Amino acid sequence: MSSLSASDRVRIRVQDVSVTYRTSLEKAPTLRGTLLRLGRRERVIREIPALRGVSFEVPHGKVMGVVGANGAGKSTLMRTVAGILPPTTGRVEVNGRVSTLLSLGVGFNRKLTGRENVVLGGLAAGLTRAELDSKYDEIVEFAELEEFMDMPMQTYSSGMYGRLAFAVSMAMRPDILIIDEALSVGDARFRRKSFKRMRELCEEDRTILLVSHALGTIEKLCDECIWMHKGELRMWDEPSAVVDAYTDFLGVKDEERDPVTMEDV
Amino acid sequence: MTAPTAPTRERREDEFSAVSHVYEPHRVGLPPLGPYLRGLWRRREFMFELSRTELRAQHFNTVFGQIWLVLNPLLLACVYFILVDILRSRSGGIEFFAHLMSSLFIFQFVTDSMRQAVKSVTGGGKLILNTAFPRVMLPGASVLTAFKRFLPTLLIFIPVYFAAGHRPGFELLWVVPVVALFGLVASGLAMLVAAGQVYFRDLKNFLTYALRIWLYGSPILYHESQVPDRYHFLLVLNPVAPLLAAWSDIIDKGIAPSAGDLALGAAWGVALFLVGGLFFISREREFAVRL
Repeated sequence: MSSLSASDRVRIRVQDVSVTYRTSLEKAPTLRGTLLRLGRRERVIREIPALRGVSFEVPHGKVMGVVGANGAGKSTLMRTVAGILPPTTGRVEVNGRVSTLLSLGVGFNRKLTGRENVVLGGLAAGLTRAELDSKYDEIVEFAELEEFMDMPMQTYSSGMYGRLAFAVSMAMRPDILIIDEALSVGDARFRRKSFKRMRELCEEDRTILLVSHALGTIEKLCDECIWMHKGELRMWDEPSAVVDAYTDFLGVKDEERDPVTMEDV
Repeated sequence: MTAPTAPTRERREDEFSAVSHVYEPHRVGLPPLGPYLRGLWRRREFMFELSRTELRAQHFNTVFGQIWLVLNPLLLACVYFILVDILRSRSGGIEFFAHLMSSLFIFQFVTDSMRQAVKSVTGGGKLILNTAFPRVMLPGASVLTAFKRFLPTLLIFIPVYFAAGHRPGFELLWVVPVVALFGLVASGLAMLVAAGQVYFRDLKNFLTYALRIWLYGSPILYHESQVPDRYHFLLVLNPVAPLLAAWSDIIDKGIAPSAGDLALGAAWGVALFLVGGLFFISREREFAVRL
């Protein structure tokens, strides 16, 4: 990678992306319901616009924060960037290997042991067994879960869960790391460690997309920030400006910017 | 910007972890097959590992544990033998038991694959929502699991095979291609039901009964020659009937299967595999939206 082309400097380019979930009115689509509706010759499809015309770019080696209320489309946006959900319209361009750390549980199966989950998750993400073997110790060491690796994951606390997920994502050595509200589960010491690790990743020219409700974290870690509101991009600016606007919007007055809004709750 | 060499080292040229991806609107249609298959090949270890853990998770907390892998089919064969023996006036004896057992076991390989596969995608939840990988590996692992459950049943069949007076000859080698064709049928149907379940969540419930009817409609609890003429159409419509006839020729009669049975079985296998595969792969990108 000696010569970086112009397009290579932009790691992620999201152009006018919309995602619409199509669901029938029922909770789960069933043959019975379908047959009944076929008999009545009606088609019930409800369209839920999760993202509407979102465009932004993330440059090389930057941390992009994403804030927004619940249901604003943050997770959908992350899944689209990760290539899991196809956009309904628009275009997403991603340059580099993506590792996702999406809202708790990177494909973790609670019945299997921690070790089995790490192996399965790694293989699914495209690591070879040899790569995985060499990284396994690093993962366990970073997550500090040595004595728990051979226990079923249902015995894990949510903090341990999050730590393992974070360690696996880090071990993938991604060019682009997508973190969705997963940092908030570790204890203070682990969170500090994760911060440090993320900073290191940035210095290595890697790019991070960070979704968090912890506005303090966003201000401290991010270079830029976007604010999602009801599926639309409301703001894209310096983290402090976005956090100010967002807290104003939430109706939090300056004197109320206490740990409750600024840190994880 | 000091460009490190580390990230380039691991770069690969496939759809799922390539250096550059472009995601564009996409509903139904085939992804580029070349990169898809390469991604599949690269992740083959994942499929084996998934099947291994599936196998380990079953019978995890029973007393007999993994012994159930042979105990289950053995008991089932006995149940059906007693049923058929009562229904028929004269006893078929050990020879018939050998036919029933071997046919039932290979048939179970196909139905086991489908039973396992039907929940593979809808049960894949988090894995599908959070990781991009070729989804076809989920039903693929189901077939693999079913095959691993089928193999030990061959072991318990060996004593029955000899007790029935059969002696192995070179014709027994025909077992290998015939099992491969069964695998083709199983994979095709597994992909069909796995994708079908995403759209119709009732499929799993129907499948239980469909598979049972299929068992009774196949020459397993009886010989192919015993089928009355008015039911002969069932054998023509049944994808595994020619393969079961070939299987019976090899095991029961110790002869090479007829070319007609093999050709028909292969045609069914290839057709189901292609239909199932194309259906699954063209739909799989939509799965994440539907779960």
